[in-house]
Amino acid sequence: MVKVTSTETETHMPLWEVFSQEKTGKPHTHVGSLHAPDATMALQNARDSYARRGSTNLWVVPAEAIVASTPEDSPMFFDSAADKVYRHPQFYTIPRSVKL
Amino acid sequence: MELTEKLSEQVFDYLLRHADDRLVLGHRLSEWCGHAPMMEEDLALANIALDLIGQATLLYKLAAETENCGRTEDDLAFLRDPSEFHNLQLVEQPKGDFAYTIARQFLFDAYDVLFLDQLSLSTHPELAGIAAKALKEAQYHLRHTQQWMMRLGDGTEESHRRLQDAVEDIWRFSGELFVPDNLDQTLVAERIGVDLEALRPSWQETVSETFREATLDLPGEEQYFASGSRGGYHTEHLGFLLAEMQVLQRTHPGATW
Amino acid sequence: MESQLHSSDFSGNSSEDEIQREKRFEERIHFGERIEPKDWMPERYRSQLIRMISQHAHSEVIGMYPEGNWITRAPTLRRKLGLLAKVQDECGHGLYLYCAAETLGVDRNDLTEKLLSGKAKYASIFNYPTLSWADIGVIGWLVDGAAIINQTPLAKCSYGPYSRAMIHICKEESFHLKQGFEIVTTLAKGTSVQKKMVQESVNRWWWPVLMMFGPSDKESPNSEELMRWRVKLHSNDSLRQRFVNGSVAQAKAVELTLPDPELRYNEETGNWDFGSIDWDEFWQVVKGHGPCNRDRMGMFHKKHKEGRWVREAAHAYASRHPVN
Repeated sequence: MVKVTSTETETHMPLWEVFSQEKTGKPHTHVGSLHAPDATMALQNARDSYARRGSTNLWVVPAEAIVASTPEDSPMFFDSAADKVYRHPQFYTIPRSVKL
Repeated sequence: MELTEKLSEQVFDYLLRHADDRLVLGHRLSEWCGHAPMMEEDLALANIALDLIGQATLLYKLAAETENCGRTEDDLAFLRDPSEFHNLQLVEQPKGDFAYTIARQFLFDAYDVLFLDQLSLSTHPELAGIAAKALKEAQYHLRHTQQWMMRLGDGTEESHRRLQDAVEDIWRFSGELFVPDNLDQTLVAERIGVDLEALRPSWQETVSETFREATLDLPGEEQYFASGSRGGYHTEHLGFLLAEMQVLQRTHPGATW
Repeated sequence: MESQLHSSDFSGNSSEDEIQREKRFEERIHFGERIEPKDWMPERYRSQLIRMISQHAHSEVIGMYPEGNWITRAPTLRRKLGLLAKVQDECGHGLYLYCAAETLGVDRNDLTEKLLSGKAKYASIFNYPTLSWADIGVIGWLVDGAAIINQTPLAKCSYGPYSRAMIHICKEESFHLKQGFEIVTTLAKGTSVQKKMVQESVNRWWWPVLMMFGPSDKESPNSEELMRWRVKLHSNDSLRQRFVNGSVAQAKAVELTLPDPELRYNEETGNWDFGSIDWDEFWQVVKGHGPCNRDRMGMFHKKHKEGRWVREAAHAYASRHPVN
């Protein structure tokens, strides 16, 4: 007969989001999350969990600290950027002979 | 490195004892895989175990090359009897509970960063190379175990009690870390080996400071310290450990795996 | 404490609204868009994904036990390192998957409770014992091989966090399969005792591995919906067939036989036809009556119980040392 769990409440271990920089010069990208009691252990664990196969730098951020845009915001936030061609290099022509 | 026959034998013995330390300790840590208090710790302890067994492998390989009579690193690891193993008694103690593992690992790591730092200055280039690489790993291990010493020592009443008990039990094995034998003295003179006694003050400082932060008491002055492991004198635990570790090679002599 | 990267609650206004939302949702999936944690999703999509992802995570965790058994008996330094690294990876995979499940609004502790109480399932293959070193090779070859076939399509599934976790996992899996097959090859070419050991192992693992792909889709009520939602991308039977076709050639290459007298090449279909699977055995194991169910759950219970004081200590320390 499989025993049921004890009635004691389980400790809540905060959630952290992990960002890893693959090589120096590259941006940090989100690689996943983990649970750890505090920032020091979170960084330690992040290295063991997400950097086993290489990383140059890690950030750990308490998950609750992240402020994210919502899908409802997306059209307002992002759609009009795609229309603004003057931000893109293809909009501009340069004489062929000139090297920039 | 060109060595006289006698020095070669001595270097071989030296390599073996330090390889044995790391293999046995790595083996004990690997017993935690799947059983650690949280998944993140399964990963962390496995990482330390892999580093240690990796270091042991490099040392056994170098030992086999030095001996130069056809034995491989696996022959050295899997076909020697307990009395031929020269690891510290500290590392062969069972894993115990998490507090015991952390206490033992911390005492070893605090020694290891000092030991490897000196060993990386060895005039034996291959040995120095292995030590330099291992030092980075040891620094990471020490950081990990120090963090846990503080969290368990200054955590709950239960964790504090468990850690204090663990420290009281394991302390008697820590003396050996800094007691040189003839082999140590010979190799120090050759500028190949490490002066163990010289490491003791720094180790004591690291340990005292960590204990203070962890609200732990240092074990009392009058302590019996275990000895003899570098000469092959062990506790009862090594026999069981090696019986399990070596079973396949002993059962199937000559087989390839 | 939910992450901002995690799911928000979205209450629909009317059933008309709901229908429109679901239509739009299915369109997005049809066009290959990824659903992210804060996007609207039908409650059933959320609950099915939680079930699937957490089951996958539990499997990785429980899967550490059968292979973990042999770490202390691994026969060479290289094999010791390789096996320990593999089991460590499996733990890491469990971690990525629990984190992916958590983006859907569940807590890892709740998922753990479900596993402890027996309410949650994990891959039934891990309820079989590892009785010889050869099993380590055979598990890497056949069990990981089957898992790769199941998992590779999931890297394209519709739920962003799950698909990303799967991409990460698939990168690491390839070494597991290679390591396993290398062990099998070494034994198959070894002493007569080793050859016997590995053949005996294959004889025990083959049929349970075929059961890993699950019952025929005719028996799976969820399949159609999961496929429409691109959470399941291929039928159980098609994946199982793909696996059999590959394994036959691999077994032949190392002169091992697969324990199925009905295995026959079908010229018309280009597939290897195989014998009937004993689905009674499968259901017995799923219900908890396999050789190792009690042992596996017993170990997991022990791990959880004995680790409690450590987790409490870490929590207590963190509360007293807020800025670390």
